[in-house]
Amino acid sequence: MSEALLVELSKKGRKAYCFPALDLPRGFEETVPALGEAFARKTDARLPEVSELDVVRHFTRLSNLAYGVDDGMYPLGSCTMKYNPKLSENLAKMPSFTSIHPLQDTSSTQGCLSLMYNLLEDLAAITGMSWGTLQGCAGAHGEYTGLKIIHAWFLSKGQAERDTVLVPESAHGTNPASAAMNGFKVEVVKSNAQGRVDLQDLEEKLDGSVAALMLTNPNTLGLFEKDILQIADMVHASGAKLYYDGANLNAIMGMATIGDMGFDVLHLNLHKTFATPHGGGGPGAGPVMVTSELRPFLPRPDIVLTDNTYSLEWNGEQSIGKTSMFWGNFLVLVRAYIYILRMGSQGLKAASEHAVLNANYLLWSLKDTFEIPYGDRCMHEFVASCQKLKDTYGISALDIAKAMIERGYHPPTMYFPSLVHEALMFEPTESESVETLDKLVATIKEIVKEGIADPEWIHGCPHNTVVGRLDEVKAVKEPNLRY
Amino acid sequence: MVVYPYIPHTDEDREMMMQAIGIQSLEELYGDLGEDILLSDSVPISQGRSEDEVIRMVESIANRNERGIPFLGSGCYDHIIPSTVDAIASLPSFVTSYTPYQAEMSQGMLQVIYEFQSMICQLTGMDVSNASMYDGANALVEAANICVSFARGKHEVLVSPTIHPFALKVLQTWALGTEHRLVMLPEKNGVCDTSALGGMLGGNVGGVLVQSPNRYGFLEDYTGLSDIIHASGALLCVSADPMSLGMQKSQREWGADIAVGDTQPFGIPLSFGGPGCGYLAVVEPLLRKMPGRIVGATTDGKGNRGFVLTMQAREQHIKRERATSNICTNNSLAALMTTVYLSSVGWLGVKEAAHQCYVKSHYLEENLITLGGVELAWEQPFWCEFPLRFHDTKKMRKFIQELRNEHLFAGVRLQALTRCNEDELVLLVAVTEKRSREEIENYLAGARRVLR
Repeated sequence: MSEALLVELSKKGRKAYCFPALDLPRGFEETVPALGEAFARKTDARLPEVSELDVVRHFTRLSNLAYGVDDGMYPLGSCTMKYNPKLSENLAKMPSFTSIHPLQDTSSTQGCLSLMYNLLEDLAAITGMSWGTLQGCAGAHGEYTGLKIIHAWFLSKGQAERDTVLVPESAHGTNPASAAMNGFKVEVVKSNAQGRVDLQDLEEKLDGSVAALMLTNPNTLGLFEKDILQIADMVHASGAKLYYDGANLNAIMGMATIGDMGFDVLHLNLHKTFATPHGGGGPGAGPVMVTSELRPFLPRPDIVLTDNTYSLEWNGEQSIGKTSMFWGNFLVLVRAYIYILRMGSQGLKAASEHAVLNANYLLWSLKDTFEIPYGDRCMHEFVASCQKLKDTYGISALDIAKAMIERGYHPPTMYFPSLVHEALMFEPTESESVETLDKLVATIKEIVKEGIADPEWIHGCPHNTVVGRLDEVKAVKEPNLRY
Repeated sequence: MVVYPYIPHTDEDREMMMQAIGIQSLEELYGDLGEDILLSDSVPISQGRSEDEVIRMVESIANRNERGIPFLGSGCYDHIIPSTVDAIASLPSFVTSYTPYQAEMSQGMLQVIYEFQSMICQLTGMDVSNASMYDGANALVEAANICVSFARGKHEVLVSPTIHPFALKVLQTWALGTEHRLVMLPEKNGVCDTSALGGMLGGNVGGVLVQSPNRYGFLEDYTGLSDIIHASGALLCVSADPMSLGMQKSQREWGADIAVGDTQPFGIPLSFGGPGCGYLAVVEPLLRKMPGRIVGATTDGKGNRGFVLTMQAREQHIKRERATSNICTNNSLAALMTTVYLSSVGWLGVKEAAHQCYVKSHYLEENLITLGGVELAWEQPFWCEFPLRFHDTKKMRKFIQELRNEHLFAGVRLQALTRCNEDELVLLVAVTEKRSREEIENYLAGARRVLR
């Protein structure tokens, strides 16, 4: 059953909430001059007029039409849909966190500041970097901040001519978009036949105009860039900086550090690697970590510890300034910190190992069903291709995805990276048990079998969801973006 | 082997899986990393802890915070939040879902966002809203980005000197190293002075950014502003606390092209300043210049109404470096909190809360001024926050301390926001509908002890 808009259930005079009556001395209200005519609003806003139960039922029903990690498996590649511990949810709701105002005197916010400071210390240890900022609100926001730091570094060296950022073919779309938002030109570095950075192409592109190379490692094909130390040397020899997109950190926590690989700046996605919930598309957190050389360029304020007291340090002439309204998405930081406390050093390493084990097991289980263009080993994710299925039986990656929905699974990432035709990118994460993986594999095999036997069925999937495949062309041509 | 939290594998599972894929040990999976990179030691953070240990530890961290009654605002306000908000925002299918790419199994979140967009349009009077931004400051950055990209050759943005000091900083960081230029308008008596605007427009100017209530809490009069700006071919962006729109003119009523702000006052707790939830809405002609996710209604094969992410040709995953913005993950769950808030209180509730903020803040302000020794920094109309000017810093410090002894946070020192010495005597005091009579009277009693 589809759900009406709440405003469609409105009845004039119905209320779900009543504010307490104004309790000022009698007669005062009347003495306050009304807002001047020039300032006063003339129009009404149409909002729902419903009872509290209407509100609760409406949104509860909508939540039944949503699907989260708590509902079932979510092998969405590059998104790291791991389990979000309930402990983090519970503790993040403590009033001693939620009722703290960001502009209270720092003597009254030592708890918040110490948590942020300790989180930064842990993230620095995990990534092998010097220090960082927690102001980033999402991965792309971290990229934007990190590239801004690189930009400021070159400007401080009088190298404004370094106006280009290199990204590999397989990069996330946010990489080039973040570079452009910083005023950089973008150039693409080719991938070689093994799906890794083409060193010759990189060499040719690394001229005096390049400010940075952005890399995800393992890359979006789920392959580790084996030549990373050589790449780092090449980039640094050319005078450029190396940027690490932390989207895929879940493969290598505790196995290697980003600093040891030669990166200068990185961002993390706490809502991926550190198990904070995605919330249907945020809020996330995208801390940025840097080497000691770039530390003066971090946004302000910094969090400092002196004589057992934490404070906010605003001074710093070379700082890029500020990237979010206050200090970052604090409640997301709380959740990530709790995850790190629970897992500890060995636990984080085990998370990565099992994420990689699960991905390899899933790859092995599906290698006869799909083509796996980049070999039989992967890190935490892998990309399969439906090209042969499409050529032989007309079954596309989209068909497989929609049939998975029909069977109650969230599909893998589709049609990304574009290097692989009819791509399905699987990332099972460490959260899933072998039984869940086996069931997923059995389901996918059934889907393919049934799709071959009954093409009409698979092209029409999903059949039993609240809506079928939606007309996206109509959505663009006849925009209906509000009631 | 040790059992780790949140990892379900038994020894038997591991054995079976390793055998299947043909490895003897988990280390073999990391063959590509090489000796030079593989860590020999574990990373230097603490060992894992049990749930119970973590609860004790985090509770003790939280207890190092001091809670008080906040008369603090400056971009983050302590408003009443109906119980429905947290209950709904805790539903696991919302909390643990991803961005709703797969529409058929994400109708719930898509519809929530569609309702959010609709409500933002209703409040601001604009034609289209996106699905949310990180916060108000970043929404302002995206507005500036629209101003310099909606037409060729526009590099400059005129900025009101009375926008929030932090939002200004975020904006300056955006311009750093790019060809974009921010030009500050003059300030007069605590509001943006737009009298010289005519001479500053034209040429490279793509837009004008203003804010009301402004950094001091004052309402600004933008009568006639949009005509002058539009005549020069530029855009007007008005940033506003969305709750103030229950009383003051909407952005559309001022003739703005872009409306931005933060919906934190609608159902989102203080939380040390984050997450908030930026909003951004525009007039129809700017639709394709918008940043971020947009949800639209359409139909399926059977004619049923359904919702999808739409207008994606603007976005980074399609357009890459030519996208209107780099934003991907936004603040959906916070947008949901605002949607549940607005669904619960309705338009009458928004107006009531806005009215109570107005009356209560005026009550405190009038009574404080009567005490003497403090004054309103400038004579301008305000809504729920006002700038109190002291005569000397010693008095001001004593005032803040005296109230803190009573567990009242007296206000935000303007200097703490601007780092400017000339602001050292100004305290920004916010009074929301949540402040009870008793809390306000306690404030006044403390003030009386210091000022009299």
